[in-house]
Amino acid sequence: MKPRLLALGDSALLIRLGDEIDPALNRRVHALDLRLRAKALPGVIETVPAYSSIVVHYDPLVLTHARVAEWAEAEIPGAELTASAKPRRIEVPVQYGGEGGPDLRFVAAHHGTTPGDVVSIHADTEYIVYMMGFTPGFPYMGKVAAAIATPRLETPRTQVPAGSVGIAGEQTGIYPIESPGGWRLIGRTSLPLLDLQKNPPFLFAPGDSVRFVVESVDA
Amino acid sequence: MLELQEASGLITVQDLGRTGWRRFGVPSSGPMDRFAFEAANLLAGNSPTPAALEIGAGEVVLLAKEDCVVALAGSGYALQVNVWEFALWGSYFIRAGWTIHLRQSGFGMWAYLAMAGGIQSPVVLGSRSTYLRGHFGGHAGRALRAGDVLRGDPAARVLMESAGQTLAPEARPAYREEPVLEVVPGPQISEFATETLRTLFSNPYSVTSASDRMGYRLEGPPLKHDGKADLPSEGIAMGSIQVPPDGAPIVMMADCATTGGYPKVASVISADLPLLAQCTPGKDRVRFRLTALEAAQERYWDLQRRLLAGIVKPQD
Repeated sequence: MKPRLLALGDSALLIRLGDEIDPALNRRVHALDLRLRAKALPGVIETVPAYSSIVVHYDPLVLTHARVAEWAEAEIPGAELTASAKPRRIEVPVQYGGEGGPDLRFVAAHHGTTPGDVVSIHADTEYIVYMMGFTPGFPYMGKVAAAIATPRLETPRTQVPAGSVGIAGEQTGIYPIESPGGWRLIGRTSLPLLDLQKNPPFLFAPGDSVRFVVESVDA
Repeated sequence: MLELQEASGLITVQDLGRTGWRRFGVPSSGPMDRFAFEAANLLAGNSPTPAALEIGAGEVVLLAKEDCVVALAGSGYALQVNVWEFALWGSYFIRAGWTIHLRQSGFGMWAYLAMAGGIQSPVVLGSRSTYLRGHFGGHAGRALRAGDVLRGDPAARVLMESAGQTLAPEARPAYREEPVLEVVPGPQISEFATETLRTLFSNPYSVTSASDRMGYRLEGPPLKHDGKADLPSEGIAMGSIQVPPDGAPIVMMADCATTGGYPKVASVISADLPLLAQCTPGKDRVRFRLTALEAAQERYWDLQRRLLAGIVKPQD
């Protein structure tokens, strides 16, 4: 797909490189994001990378849509050519199953396999943080192997504890703070994802590479 | 120093918002009516940016614990200082022991109270704005209640010359019932049939009581679309109009999520966001009109120019 630059109101620009959830496409998004951040344009407030797009928020008293689009478009060819900088790699220890992973058995049954197999497949994959959102510090990661990909709960839970590791379709994620949530919970990590006293306050950043480490399995 | 003696409605500390953290999923927050917020700060002798008090659909009584200059702006409130009826869009010298009373009156939803030097509160992720959902920023991450104390900047001298300023009426946005909000096309406007867009632009939409600082949920003729159900989430901004499968549009407001997965039919332009913000959920209606991006930006520039040129000093 040819990159498209669209107005998101009069103070933001949407750059769309594709329209699917795909690790290779997402790497191009982060490569472009890196270039845009390196080539700061006064009046650009921040960039928000997502699965297949980036939103550039700008000050409409300083910049016009046309100027921001021109600036962004110039960086696209370079981003297409350069490989993304070597991503940060973060290991996340997980206690699978038990109280922290109430849906581990369901995920196994859904695929006619054992909880142990689900755990080894989940932990045997290198994930990319596609984007962050939902709540501060929540990483959307993928791609989850088809053998354990499982749809969301029909009815979301009203309270999901902080540190819960979940699966939603071909994505996996971790709840940074207690919140409602519909992902299938397979385990929990004790690693804090959000600490406002720390710098940086967030464990993850978009584009990071993540691997889960099996701390224990309670099937 | 001001002490809240009575407080109802939603009262929070807000500055111009949190920037640089949206990539981590942290909303910008900040004022619902940015124009009135900036006006209150300018009238108090501040730059447009420092923290001020946002009062939503409520009534407050504040007691001055020491001499100070405060400025008030917004829509839908009557202001009383001791026994005197004062007008919004003005700054006043308040002596220790005096009370400031704001109560709802007429069309509007939000008022801003700025203090010389800005309201002091801990800076979280670079901002003093309250993010209620995240329980951080502003006054301990929560809405204010009776008994809470607000402090201006102790280093800021009480500047007599910043009291008595007003903002000329013609400089203010045209706050009114059933405003016509100008919008520019959204990234997914092509997924909506011409007929559906005609529906959007020819009917009033009610702001429902399910609205909050995150979004204004609208009710009216549904907007059917053939957008994909699972559009990968992408960035959104204040003013973005998302349309979930049920066809009831939601306009993203100050505390909106950083990303969203529903098709965006249009965006309310910056110049008209104050008009929308001041609509009371469960009571008011809005209408939409399409405009061009360049015209939208011209209107925002004009509004800002009027704000900067419209401050009237007492000696003028």
